[in-house]
Amino acid sequence: MTRLDVKKTYKLYIGGAFPRSESGHTLQVNTHKDEHLANVAQASRKDARDAVVAARGAQRGWAGATSYNRGQVLYRIAEMLEGRREQFVEDIRACEGVSQRQASSQVDQAIDAWVWYAGWADKYAQLVGNANPVAGPYFNLSVPEPTGVVAAFAPAEAKNTSLLGLVRTVAPIVVSGNAVVVWTHPRQPIPAMTFAEVLHTSDVPAGVVNILTGLRESAAPWLASHADVGALDLMGATDVDWAALEAEASATLKRVLTPAKSVGEESLARIRAFTEMKTIWHTKALG
Amino acid sequence: MSALTPSSALSPTSRATAVLGGELSEVALRRYLAGLPAVDTVGATQRAAHFQSRSIKTESKIWGLDTAISMVDLTTLEGADTPGKVHTLAHKALFTDPQDSQSPRVAAVCVYGDRVGDVIEALGSAHVSKDPQGVAVAAVATAFPSGRASMRVKIADTEDAVAAGADEIDMVIDRGAFLSGRLGEVFDQIVRVKEATKKPDGTHAHLKVILETGELATLDNVRRASQLAILAGADFIKTSTGKVSPAATLPVSVVMLEAVRDWHAATGEYVGFKPAGGIRTAKDALRYLSAVAEIAGEAWLSPDLFRFGASSLLNDLVLQRQKMTTGHYSGPDYVSVD
Amino acid sequence: MSFLDYSAAPESTGIVSLASEYGLFINGDFRPGRGQVFESIAPATEEVLTRFAEATPEDVDVAVAQARTAFDKVWSKMPGRERAKYLFRIARIVQERSRELAVAETMDNGKPIKETRDVDIPLVAAWFFYYAGWADKLEEATGSDTPTPWGVVGQVIPWNFPLMMLSWKIAPALAAGNTVVLKPAETTSLTAMLFAEICQQAGLPPGVVNIVTGAGATGRALVSHPGIDKVAFTGSTGVGREIAKGLAGRSTALTLELGGKGANIVFEDAAMDEAVEGIISGIFFNQGHVCCAGSRLLVQENVHDELVSRLTRRIQTLRLGDPLDKNTDIGAINSRAQLDTITALTQSGVDEGAGLWQSDCVLPERGFWFPPTVFTDVSTSHRIAQDEIFGPVLSVLTFRTPDEAVAKANNTPYGLSAGVWTEKASRMLAIVDQLKAGVVWSNTFNKFDPASPFGGYKESGYGREGGLPGLLSYLRPHSSSAGGK
Repeated sequence: MTRLDVKKTYKLYIGGAFPRSESGHTLQVNTHKDEHLANVAQASRKDARDAVVAARGAQRGWAGATSYNRGQVLYRIAEMLEGRREQFVEDIRACEGVSQRQASSQVDQAIDAWVWYAGWADKYAQLVGNANPVAGPYFNLSVPEPTGVVAAFAPAEAKNTSLLGLVRTVAPIVVSGNAVVVWTHPRQPIPAMTFAEVLHTSDVPAGVVNILTGLRESAAPWLASHADVGALDLMGATDVDWAALEAEASATLKRVLTPAKSVGEESLARIRAFTEMKTIWHTKALG
Repeated sequence: MSALTPSSALSPTSRATAVLGGELSEVALRRYLAGLPAVDTVGATQRAAHFQSRSIKTESKIWGLDTAISMVDLTTLEGADTPGKVHTLAHKALFTDPQDSQSPRVAAVCVYGDRVGDVIEALGSAHVSKDPQGVAVAAVATAFPSGRASMRVKIADTEDAVAAGADEIDMVIDRGAFLSGRLGEVFDQIVRVKEATKKPDGTHAHLKVILETGELATLDNVRRASQLAILAGADFIKTSTGKVSPAATLPVSVVMLEAVRDWHAATGEYVGFKPAGGIRTAKDALRYLSAVAEIAGEAWLSPDLFRFGASSLLNDLVLQRQKMTTGHYSGPDYVSVD
Repeated sequence: MSFLDYSAAPESTGIVSLASEYGLFINGDFRPGRGQVFESIAPATEEVLTRFAEATPEDVDVAVAQARTAFDKVWSKMPGRERAKYLFRIARIVQERSRELAVAETMDNGKPIKETRDVDIPLVAAWFFYYAGWADKLEEATGSDTPTPWGVVGQVIPWNFPLMMLSWKIAPALAAGNTVVLKPAETTSLTAMLFAEICQQAGLPPGVVNIVTGAGATGRALVSHPGIDKVAFTGSTGVGREIAKGLAGRSTALTLELGGKGANIVFEDAAMDEAVEGIISGIFFNQGHVCCAGSRLLVQENVHDELVSRLTRRIQTLRLGDPLDKNTDIGAINSRAQLDTITALTQSGVDEGAGLWQSDCVLPERGFWFPPTVFTDVSTSHRIAQDEIFGPVLSVLTFRTPDEAVAKANNTPYGLSAGVWTEKASRMLAIVDQLKAGVVWSNTFNKFDPASPFGGYKESGYGREGGLPGLLSYLRPHSSSAGGK
C-alpha cells in the first residue's frame, strides 16, 4: 500500500506569522494540467490592511538598520534559497508545468538576482546621492531614503515568473529599507509561499516582507488607495485594471511604477523608484 | 537672565555675583558665559548683510548724517601725534564742516593719554566739562593697543589719563587671558580699571571696553567677551583698537548689539556700543545706524549709547551732508584734511 | 519722525515698459489667443498693469504641435554643445535685464523688490547657467551613450516665484533636449512674457519655448494633451492629484512639486538669534507664499517663552508696505482670493482657541495685505497646524523630547521641507535622518541653489528639481539591464 502524502495548508505571510485569511476564503490552485494542487488563502481587503499595518510597524527599524546589516540579512536569504532549490524547482514545475531544466534555470536566475540586489544595500546611495556644490557657505548633501511602505504586485505571466518575478519585485523594494506588501502571482502562488518559509527562517525582521495570495481584483484598490502606503508597484499587475489602480493612487500621490513606464526588471532604476531624495543644508563656518 | 533685577546700584563685583548665582569664580564665569546661546556665524553674517541693503534716503539720510556726525569719536592714535596735530583735530571736532556752521560737533576726540591735555586746551570752552553740549575727550589706556603690560602699568596709564582730564577711557581687554580661558582675570582687570576711572569729585570717566574682536576670531567669543565686559561694569563695549585687522565688521556689531539689547532686556540697564576702525564711508555709517535701531532699538541712536571710532569717516559724512544741503555732489577739497 | 520710519526709497519703474496687451508666445512669435483677454493687476495697488490672452485648447494644440516640430526638426538634432550656448545666452540676458525683471516681478507679484532683486532674479540666471553646463554632458550624467529627452514637455507653474519657477522648469528641460510649452499662473504672467522676449533676443529657435497664458482650463488642456511626453507641475496638492489621476494609465512622465506644512524645529541649545532670523525667513519670506515655508514652529518647551518674545519683538521691526520700496520686508498678498483664504484660515485659528498675535504694522489702504501673524498655544489638531495657509501666518507648537519633535514634525500628509536648529551635530544628523521631508535646512531656512535638489516626500509630490536629479527628470530612464551577467 502506498503511503498517503501529507498536504500542506497554505496561508498568508503577515508580520512574520502565517495567518489564514480573516475572510475564511480559500482559492483552489491547480497545476497547469488543471489538477488540484492546493488551496491557498484568498486574501481580503482586511488582510491587505493588516499587512500594511505590519509593514509600517517594521519599516522604521529595517530602514534604521545599517546598510551593511541589511545587505547581510538579504544575502543570508540567498543562501537559504539555495538550500531549498529542489523544493522551488518542484513548486515551479507543479505551477507552471515547465521542464526541470527551465524550472531550475528560473531558480538560478532568482537566486542570482537576489544576490545582485542584496549587494546594492550599501552601495546604491553612493550612486544616487550627491554632494552639491552650492553657491554659499553651506554643506549640502542629497541622500536617497526608502519611501516607506510599498504595495507591489508580482508578475502574473504564465511562465517563468512565479519565483523570479516575485524576487525581482521584492528585492529592489526592500534593499533600500522599504517594507513591502507583495501580492503573489494570482494563479501560481506556491513558490512564493515557499519563499515566505525561507523568509520566516531568515534574519529578515517580521513585517518587512508581507505576502498575500489569491485573486487580486477585489482587494487591489484597497492597497492603491491606502493612505499609509507610499508607493505602488504595478509593473506585474497586468491581470487587473492597473490604470484604474494608478488613478486610485493619485488621491494620496503615491509613487507608482506601471507597465507603461520603462524600468528594467533588474536595475538600479528599480531601486531608485522606491526611494526619496532628501537634501540637507547646514551652515558652514569656522567662527 | 530673566531672573535679574536692575542692579546698577551694586558694584560690578556684587552684581556679577548676583548674576552668577552667588559665586564669582573662574568656573562660575566660564559656565555662565558658555551657557549663553551660540552664534551661528552664517546666520549672523546674513543678518548683517540685511543692513547692507537698507536704503536710507532724503529726510532719513539728512537726519542720519547729522546724527552720525554727532556720534563720531574723532580719533588719532599715532606715535607721531603732536600737540599741533591734536589741536587741528580738536578744531575739526567743533567745526566739522568749514562751509557750514550748522554741521554738528562730534561726540569726542580720542587720543593717547599723554595728549589729553592738548585736546582740552584746544577745545577750550567747548570742552564738555564747561559746556554740556561740548565735545568730550576720550583717552585710550591700559597699554593700548596690545594690553600686554602689568596691571600696575595699566592702572597708572588709566589714572594718568583721568588726571589729565579725560572724560572717557577706552581700555583693552587682555585677549591672551580671554583666549586661554582666564576669564576671571579679564573680569578683574576691567573692574580694577573701572575703579581707576574714578575722578576726585567721585564721578567716573566713562569706560569703554575694547574687545579687539579681530583677535577673538569667533562670534561665540565676541558674545562671551561682550557679556563679560558688561558684567564687569563696562559703560560701552567697543569692537576694536583699529590696529588689528579686521576691525569693526557688521557681523561682529550684530552680535555686540544683541548683547547690549539682551542686557537691557534682562536688567533695564543701558550699555553703549562703539564700532571702531574700518568704517570709512557715510553709507557704511548709515548701515550701522540701521543695525543699531533695528537690533538694539532707537534708544541707542544717541551719542550716549552709540559712537563711531573713526577718523576718515567724518569727512565722508560731511561730504554727503554737503550734497544733501546743496543738492550737488561735493569733493575732497571742500572738507578739511586732518 | 522715527529713524526707523525710513523715508521712502522706491525703486523706479521707469526701467519697465509694458505693452498694453500680450499675446501667446508660440513658435517664436506673439499671437493673439482665441479665448478671452484677461487683466493683470498689481496686488499692491489693484491697478491694471496689462492684459493677457487666454489660450484655448485649440491654442494649446497649436503650441504643442509647434513644440513637436521644433523638437523633431531642430532641438533634438542639435548637438548639446550648441544647446548649451543658447542657455548661456539666456542666462546672460537675464543678468543684463535683471533690474527690469526684478521691478516687473515686484509690480506683478507684489513681493518686495529686495527679494526679486537679491533672490528671485539672481537665481533665475543661476538656474540657466547651471543647466547650460549640463546640456553637453548628458552622456556623463546618465552613464548612457544615448541619453534621450522625453520630447515635448508641458509645464505649469505657480504665482509665488513666477520667473524663478519658470527657470526651474525651462532650464533643465531645454538642457536635456526637450522643447516646452509652459503656462504661467494667470495672476503672474508678466515676467514669462518678458522671458519670451529674452528667448527672441537669444535667437532661440522658434518653437523650442512656447508660453501659453490662461487659467485652470488652459492648464488642464496642456497637461492632458496627448502630444505631451512629460508633465511638470508646481502648485497645489489638489491640482497635483487631478493631474496624476488624469495621466493614470499613460506613459507620460510626471513630476509634481506641491504643497507643504514645513516644521521648523528649535532646540534649547539653538543659536537663538539666528534661529529667530531663520523662523522669520521661513514664514515671512515672500509673504509666506512658499510651498516649503516653515509654517509650523516646533520649539522645545523650556525655551518657548524666551523664543516667542524674541521672535515677536523682531517681527515688529519688519517693514510692510510698498513692494517697490527698497526697505520693504513684507510685500502684498498676491491676490484677493489668496487674501481671503489666509483670512479664513486665520479666523479658524482664533475660533479653535489658538493665541493670536499680529504685528501692529500699518496696512496700506489699497491692495491686498496681511500682517505678520503668530499663533501660540497651537495643538496638532488645529486646522492652522494641518492646512497649508500659504501666507504670513506662523503656528507655534512645543515639544519636550527629540522623539516628540520628530513625531510632530512628521505628523502631516506633506513632506516638503523642515528646519532643525541645534548646536549639537549628532542630534542634528539623527533628526535629519528621521524627518520625512525632501529638503532639510539645518541652522538656516529657505535657501535655494540650482545645484541642490528640491522636492517633496508624500503628498508634497514627487521628482526633484535642481541638481543632477533635476536634470535626469527631463531624460528618459536609461533602461540598462543589470550588470555582471
